[in-house]
Amino acid sequence: MINDPTYRRRYVISGIAVVVVLVYIVRLFYLQVIDQSTKDQADNNALVKQTIYPSRGLIYDRNGELLVFNQPIYEITMVMREMKQGWDTAAFCACLGITDKEFDERIAEIKDRRKNRGYSRWTPQVFMSQLKKEDIASLQESLFLFPGVQIQKRTLRDYTYKAAAHVLGSVGEVNQNDIDRDDYYTRGDYSGRDGLERTYEKQLRGEKGVEVLMRDSRGRMQGSYKNGELDRTAKAGTDLYTTLDIQLQLLAEELLSGKIGSAVAIEPKTGEILALASNPSWNPKMLVGKERSKNYNALLNDKTKPLLNRATQATYPPGSPFKTIQALVCLEQGAITPNTLYPCSGPGSSPIKCTHHHGSPVALDKAIEQSCNPYFWCAFRDLMQKDNRDIHKPYEKWRNAVMQFGLGQKFTDSDLGEQSSGSIPSTRLYDKFYGPNGWKAITIRSLSIGQGEIIVTPLQLANQAAAIANEGYYISPHLNKNDSMRIHRHNIDIQKKHFDEVKAGMHRVMVYGTGRHYAIDSLHMAGKTGTAQNPHGRDHAIFIGFAPVEDPKIAVAVVVENAGFGATWAAPIASMMMEQYLNGEMKRKDLKKNISERVLNESVKKW
Amino acid sequence: MRASRNGNIWQHVDWLTIGLFLVLVIFGWLNIYGASYTFDQTSIFDFSNRAGKQFAWIGGSVLMGIILLLIDYRTYDVLTYIAYGAMLLLLLATPFLAHDIKGSMSWISLGPVSLQPAEFAKCIVALTIAKYMGRYDYKIRTWRDLIVPFVLIGVPALIIMVLQKETGSALVFAAFLLVFYRQGMSGYVLWMGVAAVALFIISIRWGAVALPLGTGSLGIMVCMLLLTAVEVYFICRDHYIRYQALIMVGAITAIYGICLIINIWVPMPFDWISMGIVIALVFYTVFVSLYWRKYMLLILAAFTLFCIGYTHACDFVFTRVLQPHQRIRIEVLLGMKEDPAGAGYNVNQARIAIGSGRFFGKGYLNGTQTKLQFVPEQDTDFIFCTVGEEWGFVGSIGVLLVYLYFILHLIEIAERQRNVSTRIYAYSVASIFLFHLTINVGMVLGLLPVIGIPLPFFSYGGSSLWGFTMLLFILLRLDAARMEQLN
Repeated sequence: MINDPTYRRRYVISGIAVVVVLVYIVRLFYLQVIDQSTKDQADNNALVKQTIYPSRGLIYDRNGELLVFNQPIYEITMVMREMKQGWDTAAFCACLGITDKEFDERIAEIKDRRKNRGYSRWTPQVFMSQLKKEDIASLQESLFLFPGVQIQKRTLRDYTYKAAAHVLGSVGEVNQNDIDRDDYYTRGDYSGRDGLERTYEKQLRGEKGVEVLMRDSRGRMQGSYKNGELDRTAKAGTDLYTTLDIQLQLLAEELLSGKIGSAVAIEPKTGEILALASNPSWNPKMLVGKERSKNYNALLNDKTKPLLNRATQATYPPGSPFKTIQALVCLEQGAITPNTLYPCSGPGSSPIKCTHHHGSPVALDKAIEQSCNPYFWCAFRDLMQKDNRDIHKPYEKWRNAVMQFGLGQKFTDSDLGEQSSGSIPSTRLYDKFYGPNGWKAITIRSLSIGQGEIIVTPLQLANQAAAIANEGYYISPHLNKNDSMRIHRHNIDIQKKHFDEVKAGMHRVMVYGTGRHYAIDSLHMAGKTGTAQNPHGRDHAIFIGFAPVEDPKIAVAVVVENAGFGATWAAPIASMMMEQYLNGEMKRKDLKKNISERVLNESVKKW
Repeated sequence: MRASRNGNIWQHVDWLTIGLFLVLVIFGWLNIYGASYTFDQTSIFDFSNRAGKQFAWIGGSVLMGIILLLIDYRTYDVLTYIAYGAMLLLLLATPFLAHDIKGSMSWISLGPVSLQPAEFAKCIVALTIAKYMGRYDYKIRTWRDLIVPFVLIGVPALIIMVLQKETGSALVFAAFLLVFYRQGMSGYVLWMGVAAVALFIISIRWGAVALPLGTGSLGIMVCMLLLTAVEVYFICRDHYIRYQALIMVGAITAIYGICLIINIWVPMPFDWISMGIVIALVFYTVFVSLYWRKYMLLILAAFTLFCIGYTHACDFVFTRVLQPHQRIRIEVLLGMKEDPAGAGYNVNQARIAIGSGRFFGKGYLNGTQTKLQFVPEQDTDFIFCTVGEEWGFVGSIGVLLVYLYFILHLIEIAERQRNVSTRIYAYSVASIFLFHLTINVGMVLGLLPVIGIPLPFFSYGGSSLWGFTMLLFILLRLDAARMEQLN
């Protein structure tokens, strides 16, 4: 180039390229021609990292009863390339107790690329898996006769009880997503897929160990490298103590059989979940090992949706139990006092009918006892119209107060993986639907009795009962019996005296009201029944309650779908659960038999 | 006229480069097939394995090459700055659209395929630099003229390094230093780069080594002496200053020598002595420079201080800024740590795989090391292992020589341009290929730390192949335009 003072620099740049390539050629010459050590290393001493799997942490209930443990299983792998030299197929089959024909079929299957995509003659292929110790005992002794064959030990989950499948969750093979997200996993590893197994995966899984072995170019193991200096032992997973009471859980699941529904029990003072039952359920042993995918698909295709954890994922209108919240909020925000009276004309009331017959006018205690719809409509209306004519401000205030009970939102500080949030409708929703000035108290009257757009999960209902039992706070419901969960305390801005009123009303429900048939002498219970209207079919039966009234130790919520009256179906289940937990045993055997044997939904399967 | 120009493209295009491109791509493809892990592999065209997928990518890249050649060459010039802006936006958006793949946030999935926008950024940055520096009124006179080019390469590099966490892809932008050098940037900048790397290695490798007969930082002492000598002979032309500097080197050596001897009987605090020397040196140079009015010496004093500071900064960067895995890679490379099961595993296995290939290789599809999956990433970043193992010394140097010829030919193309901007672009292309070749092969041969960047045309991956294709074929189009303009 003309007048280019830096023209000569092209040679410098070309020179750099030449020097780099020359240096690399010298290095290649050293590695590939002069240095003899690499050849030996490649032929004799290739390093292989072999993973040692840790045993997964065990899971216990609150009383130290073992719920989930590990069973050892073995799998036999073989490297096809090794099988040719003096391989005695007959002896091998004899060791495993299989026929020659089965052996040939299995080998053909392994070699079939359509069935076994990752097949290679050079890498270990799984010949048989899920074997018990006695199955492999004789092979283990004569393993040296069969080059290329290895026995690999793994563990599978096993369960003491046929219960709590949703809560415990299951363990399955990791997918590509997990591998990309977490360097810990490699293909073929197992991890918790749902429930507690998933939430506490990091605690339960432990830490894989590694053994560095030397392998020759034929893929044969030649022992450990540098006398195991670089090996790392596997660290077993840490055991998990849950808050469940397995006896209570078993009872809840038994009572729900033949029905679609769920039951949740919480210890109010600690937020510990004592039982979390959802029906239809399945036997947790079904989702283990080689049966897992087949059974999983069967569960997935069941139209009653057993995989759904109805206790935390299904949402329902709360119905009458919501009146307890309504009472508390109306008292606190000054719409009513305990002495406020409202008239009730029974089934002739307007705009909301009353479903019970009782005297008129009624005060709060009686209104809760008799679940008087007109009372709560009037209270709600007065609250919405208390200050001015615009509903937005009082409604927002009411909604914030309601949400303090944990309703209509997920417990984000809890260890429950699968949760639905439910919903307490916002002013935005109504503005969108009716226009900013198009709705008034009368438009949303259904809310006053827990119907309409408000939906909650059974877990939230149980937590609501716990919050009332605690008179003004709740601790996020959780499953790990570890004190650290107790810091998630949520206070509710409502005076204690109002709780006294509502608790008295709930006690009356169990003495004089809709729950009186299931009261027992040895225990003072408080509760509220509900019958939630369901546009798709029969009403849902709902009950919340706690006991003993003097010092609540258990709060319960029960929902039975399409069962009709809450008093008939949900109340007895809750009552029996409270008796079981507080008295240590359940004496009403006839009632238990009666409830558990009644089938309300024909398609519910006992998996 | 456009039709006839387009018709002529096939006469003017540089067929030799296209030939080299095809040789490299096809040989790379064969090796990806070879690196697939079983001996009884299915067809090379089977789309379920990587060789089959790569075949599809190659088809796409050839098509892309043809399209790039058919576009009017002026289009590239017109679109350059717009493309640069769009590229920055895409790079910024990528971490938010990307899935986290082993810590890197640089992959965008488009249906079944994933693309890495950083691979295409190189080409656009090269075009932008070429356009900016190719203006008739642009010339590198002072360092101020380089501010804009440095910003142009620095911004995308920072985005890729910090937001996308792809250090390797970001380092590639350092290749532009060669382009700046060709355009007139001082050669000292390159030397400073080399010196900085050397100093980094020395202070990391020997910084913490205790002296045999006492305590003290040998590395820092050596660095100081070395750098004083280097700076004097390369920066100062003045004989008096050279003389002064020699006195300093002598004095420092003498002091250390005496201290070492005394150290035999009485342990000496070398750290304090080093510090004393530095302070004395600075005062001495300041005094001399002011007395004799030789202000160059002030720069020398500042430079010495800077070097001392730099060695400490190296230590800080190494222990605090670098990620643990990056630190271990460097420690393994410098022989400070042996870790054949962990960080050193790749490097060690790569060395064994290549070494076991010997002179003529084990033959195509017969490599045991790669087949048994001893070498991780053997079809992407470590593809050169497969070449080394299966084709041996002969095949490996063959590949290196083809690459060398390819790069030298690109420089040849660059120098025959009359249009400055095209020449700058051509140098950018050559430098980027040279950088990739150097880093990738150096890493596989265990001469450089493990930095995950692909070997152009060889490594499996659509984004990198397409990125390099774009880089190359735009150059071919611009080169062909040279003849068209002549006509």
